[in-house]
Amino acid sequence: MMQVKVWRGGANGSFQAFEVPRHASQTVLDVVTHIQRVLDPTLAYRFACRVGMCGSCAMTVNGVARWTCRTHIDKAVKNENEITIEPLRNLPVIRDLVTDMREFFDKWAKARGSFQGSRTRHDDFALISSENGNRKEVNKGIECIGCAVCYSACDVVAARPDYLGPAALNRAWTLVKDERDSMAMERLRAVAGDAGCHSCHTHMSCTERCPKGISPTAGIAGLKREIARAVLKGAL
Amino acid sequence: MHSFLWLAQRASAALLALCVVVHLATMVYAVRGGLSAAEILARTQGSLAWLAFYSVFVLAIVVHVPIGLRAVLHEWLKWRGASRDMFLLLFAAVIAWAGMRAVLGVFL
Ligand code: SF4
Ligand code: SF4
Ligand code: FES
Repeated sequence: MMQVKVWRGGANGSFQAFEVPRHASQTVLDVVTHIQRVLDPTLAYRFACRVGMCGSCAMTVNGVARWTCRTHIDKAVKNENEITIEPLRNLPVIRDLVTDMREFFDKWAKARGSFQGSRTRHDDFALISSENGNRKEVNKGIECIGCAVCYSACDVVAARPDYLGPAALNRAWTLVKDERDSMAMERLRAVAGDAGCHSCHTHMSCTERCPKGISPTAGIAGLKREIARAVLKGAL
Repeated sequence: MHSFLWLAQRASAALLALCVVVHLATMVYAVRGGLSAAEILARTQGSLAWLAFYSVFVLAIVVHVPIGLRAVLHEWLKWRGASRDMFLLLFAAVIAWAGMRAVLGVFL
């Protein structure tokens, strides 16, 4: 048996203790699911794919933001009698383990996180080699699943609630480096400044925590470089 | 504007890295060599090279520190807007004055 403390209620909630049986290869999501199915059906939490693709299951496990469906108990906790599961940080708590992620995704839109091509259906395909340097940069950041683990781990988001955050800036970077995209300057303008990449402290919590092995820190540094270049050219 | 501030902070940081190394090396040399205050003054007074070097050092600090402080004030005290920027300008003026006073103190 494991002793598990789970956050209940909204921002002013408290922990509730549960006893959960231990199994081999058990994930944190398995533990939460056991609680909801067997011990207390009123527990609210989110998941969908269970295989690390959808990005909906992230929670704070023993103080660390994690994708719970791919996090084994062995990996996340040292002492099985001291497990705490809380909602992600830096996002408003709706109830129990469920956060309101609107702000997180609204910031992707603010960072101009959508692709804007210049070709029409009458044009031919854009041919970009997989050996292309810009494409290689894009590939490093493109596998983001939007789980908000990085956002939850970023102290600058906590200090400046308007900061766009690592995921939105990483998304902007993958588009700036996309040779088919035609909105690079607008995007650089959108991510420059106090709410954007210039507030990043480069302390790399996002990179440390990203379950997909992405380095938003590197993308943000790239954005700073591109912006500096544009400013020096007088284009920004 | 913010992009420009960021550039200024990066450039001044690069300058500071150089200045601090030269400054520390000079200090170690002066102390280890057992130079007296009078001997040090004899080398700095009227030396245009030392005047230029330390003026650049002070200038880099005057640019670098207030920009960093700007973020600290925002993130720790939630102080932003015109009043903060006025304070920072004043702060920059004070360190410029204090720094140049010291530089001129050993030049004149
Ligand atoms: S490197 Fe930047 S974006 Fe990443 S956690 Fe640190 S401040 Fe946040
Ligand atoms: S960058 Fe990584 S941690 Fe951040 S949302 Fe994407 S997958 Fe999650
Ligand atoms: S449930 Fe989809 S990523 Fe965890």
